[in-house]
Amino acid sequence: MTAATVTHAPLHPQIAAFHRRQRLKRLALILSAAAFALLVMGLPVIAIVARAFQEGLAVYAANIVEPDTLHAIGLTVLTALIVLPINIVYGIAVAWAITRFRFPGRRILLTIIELPFSISPIVAGLCYLLIYGATGLVGSWLDGWNVQLMFNLTGIVLVSLFVTCPFVARELIPLMQVSGRDQEEAALTLGASGWQTFRHVTLHNIRWALLYGAILANARVMGEFGAVSVVSGNIRGETMTLPLQVQLLYDDYNATGAFAAATVLTLIAVITLVLRSLIEARHPHAS
Amino acid sequence: MALNIQDVTKFYGSNKVLDQVNLTMQKGEFIALLGPSGSGKTTLLRIIAGLQFADGGLLSFDGEDITGTEARLRRFGMVFQSYALFEHMTVAENVAFGLKMRPRATRPARAEIGSRVQALLEMGEIGQLADRYPSQLSGGQRQRVALARALAIEPRLLLLDEPFSALDTKVRKGLRGALRDLQKRVGIGAILVTHDQEEAFEIADRIAIMADGRIEQFDKPENILKAPATPFVAEFLEGLGAWQNAGAGI
Repeated sequence: MTAATVTHAPLHPQIAAFHRRQRLKRLALILSAAAFALLVMGLPVIAIVARAFQEGLAVYAANIVEPDTLHAIGLTVLTALIVLPINIVYGIAVAWAITRFRFPGRRILLTIIELPFSISPIVAGLCYLLIYGATGLVGSWLDGWNVQLMFNLTGIVLVSLFVTCPFVARELIPLMQVSGRDQEEAALTLGASGWQTFRHVTLHNIRWALLYGAILANARVMGEFGAVSVVSGNIRGETMTLPLQVQLLYDDYNATGAFAAATVLTLIAVITLVLRSLIEARHPHAS
Repeated sequence: MALNIQDVTKFYGSNKVLDQVNLTMQKGEFIALLGPSGSGKTTLLRIIAGLQFADGGLLSFDGEDITGTEARLRRFGMVFQSYALFEHMTVAENVAFGLKMRPRATRPARAEIGSRVQALLEMGEIGQLADRYPSQLSGGQRQRVALARALAIEPRLLLLDEPFSALDTKVRKGLRGALRDLQKRVGIGAILVTHDQEEAFEIADRIAIMADGRIEQFDKPENILKAPATPFVAEFLEGLGAWQNAGAGI
């Protein structure tokens, strides 16, 4: 009702000037943000695709189906398939322990969970080598039993777990703190067992955050370079994950092969991004 | 004697929140735990429900010792202050939850569950809401769903934690009467936690007035008004005179 009178009333010149300045500032901010995004994030992605297809679709396809590259894709997917379920179970268990119980060392646990985020992945890789390598503390003992942990899939999985273990727990903890115990307690008084309560009540309330955390962890597992490069041993056609393969191809002066492999990683990143925004739309609490 | 509470004591750290509480409840009786916040009434209710456990004392129901029995095995229906409805389930699914969670041997058939749920909803006058989700309900409707859900498990005792506190005065008065009628019809005992004197005096057969983790007085409403046992009770009930003069209840 007042809107009509406002638009018809003559605008005070000072207010008009103020609006002009506001519009100008807004435009400047938007332009600089867009230019920055294009330069820092957009151009590299375009460059990857352009370089990969530079010599035509046939060359690109031949580079993708190169046995070593295919093997690297397979190894990366396999690593993710092993790491993700463990991450999900671990994340739920930690979030549950921290939000549902009070125990000594709870705060320390809360801090330790975040540790992998603040340690450089390459340092993490070296730590694992030091402990689980053939001459390491645990590694040398296992070596006596003829068990080798480093320079194979086990090593890659172990460091990937280290690097990605906070993702799921981090998404769940704030959500489970907010949602509280009420619904779970109601389920208990209605005769549900602990497992039934988890399956029918808790899991439903955390499912979007869980998926969100899993997708972030997945992107990290597939893209991890530093930690994996230390423990994988870089054995051609055997322990090369996709990011390592990209590096190897590039060092071999096979730029097209490197960029072709990189498009696969980029595709994973784009899919992650799309899934993320889809989930955020349905579940605004995650993030 | 249905529920017997004997010397129940509870600590939070070094803070004693329940101090040797004794309370005996008759079959089908409606009891109110009345007291200011921090008096231990909610903790006592949660111990009765089995959601928390006493550090000392005994709890028995119909002669059976339930002091250490898990909440899910007690079969005490509970209505939470927040109602704690399952937001991702429809009203009918909420009410059916307790029956569906039973072990196969004692679980009613699917059709049987459906008809029982419908009967409960009709009894709570919310039959038309069966397919709605909790987020689509008003406060009063949510409370009725919570009550129907608690009654669905054929509880041996009904526990009510401030079930009216989230509602406005008008709705509250209507639901109070409805709850009382329903409880008498079903014929089970009920324990209501409240800080609202008027509510306790209107609805309960007997009232336990609590302060600092102790029961100051446990008696029929008219006896408490006639002869407050302690200065605390007398002071706490000041202002109830207007309600008494209006001649409501009892």
